[in-house]
Amino acid sequence: MDGEIKYALKQVAFYALIFTFAAWIAIPLIVSMLYAFAVPSEYYDPSKVIPLKFTPRHVEILLITLGALDAIKNSIFVALLTIAISFALGIPAGYAIAKFIFPGKDSIKLLIVALRMFPIPVMAIPLVVLYIRLHLIDTLIGVALAHTAMALPFVILITSSIFAGVSKEYEEAALIFGLTRFGAFLKITLPLALPGLAAAAMFTFVISWNEVFVASVLTLYNRTLPAHVLLIIAGASGGAAPDYYKFAAAFIMTLPAILFILVARKYLITMWGITLK
Amino acid sequence: MKEKPELLPYFLILPAFAYMMFFVGYPLMQALILAFTKEGVFSLYNIQRTFNDYYFRDALKFTLALAAVIVPTQVVLALILSLAMSKMFKGRDLVLYTIVIPLTISDVAAGLIWYSMLSSHGFLNKLLISIGVIDRPIYFFGYQFRHMEFLAIFLTEIWRATAIVFVIIFAGLQMISSEYLEAAEVFGAGYWTRLRRIVFPLLKPSIQSALIIRTLFAMQVFGVVWILAGRDIPVLAGEGFYQLTEIKDYGVASIYTLVIAGISILLAALYIKFFKAEYLEVE
Repeated sequence: MDGEIKYALKQVAFYALIFTFAAWIAIPLIVSMLYAFAVPSEYYDPSKVIPLKFTPRHVEILLITLGALDAIKNSIFVALLTIAISFALGIPAGYAIAKFIFPGKDSIKLLIVALRMFPIPVMAIPLVVLYIRLHLIDTLIGVALAHTAMALPFVILITSSIFAGVSKEYEEAALIFGLTRFGAFLKITLPLALPGLAAAAMFTFVISWNEVFVASVLTLYNRTLPAHVLLIIAGASGGAAPDYYKFAAAFIMTLPAILFILVARKYLITMWGITLK
Repeated sequence: MKEKPELLPYFLILPAFAYMMFFVGYPLMQALILAFTKEGVFSLYNIQRTFNDYYFRDALKFTLALAAVIVPTQVVLALILSLAMSKMFKGRDLVLYTIVIPLTISDVAAGLIWYSMLSSHGFLNKLLISIGVIDRPIYFFGYQFRHMEFLAIFLTEIWRATAIVFVIIFAGLQMISSEYLEAAEVFGAGYWTRLRRIVFPLLKPSIQSALIIRTLFAMQVFGVVWILAGRDIPVLAGEGFYQLTEIKDYGVASIYTLVIAGISILLAALYIKFFKAEYLEVE
């Protein structure tokens, strides 16, 4: 009997712990979303812990009048370009690391792992000087090039692990049947790796979508969403925006992230396990 | 594929390698030049000005202090969470996806989300007032409430970035063969003994790795601080940003970022010393 009570108590404590962790993450997300759509009088009413009247006005104003929609377009363009460049450079490198044994491989891998942690702010300031000279300053291409430098080590690590997961027997069979190495890669390995690569693309998208320091420093008018939000919201440079615009901004920035979790959830944990261990 | 060493893999890696060398090597060199020259000749003028900058010492202090409280808390929380999540229970996947949501949320957005919790009309204050715990709001923001701003940054960073530590430790935990644990159980080892004698030693590389990755990223802390405290709580990346965008002082800005790089390289050296290549093997 005693044992049973002890077991039941343990179960309760366990679920309470899990629930606390989940609530700790979920509550701020839910609150900020509710507040993004709350009418200001509800938000400023101390007795209304949870607002009951909603309006899309602040999100609309932020999107149209305050230029967040253009910033979103910029962000998407930069992220897609980052994916394109970092995949063009990263897939061959990832393939080489996955499928070949060659001298210096370990050092190269170690270098990639180390580069992944290179502090981005260090890169940003000299890039401003360089970009002014190359007329890349305040261009989205310039931001995408910098984001590629940030994302490339991750892309190489992820793609190499994806290619390593594709059994080499298939490729060898293709070689025997007369395909070239490149043909075998194109016709066999790449299609098999496609779902993993799609997840890696989303991962790269999120890296670029979220990056703020480099994007803020390298652009003036053609800003990505985080850089634009930082400019119009942050107290230090732009003066304090009304609170409800802050929540609206948080909502716009968070929504794609949550969609990403929903779509890529199957690959998520493994992918982060690979890139971060 | 056991073949004689061929050139193909090097050709495949070369473009990526060249790109990284250009975007990391060139700026690093250029940053050193910006930092240590004045009108084209070597000079310690910028260094002197940075170290005399009223904000420099505070920025260094706050960056290190934030890392010192945030990183250990995250590791402990992530460890507890990983152990709990390694059990099978109903709704486990849902909890897992919830916990990792902050991984995809930018630091700027995380700062704003927590502002909705902590502002004087925020959720926490209104909740505590309406249930009668306090009768006036707790102020988290503004220079006169600096210690509360520090707390707000702490909470936000715990919320935002514990997931990264969790994912690393959780992945490490999954790799521990259950046979070891079953064997220990057969020989009568209780839960705590199994944790102490088997799980923790095998988890050590993951914990160390998570510790160092988080510390390195903590050195670059910017978005959350900039949103929640501005320059009330100066940090190295924030001061570099300020010097660059507001003062247009490239020299001083470079030194701020080089200090970040210096500390990071020091920590990365530890990282490479502690972890051999076989541990980093991508399977």
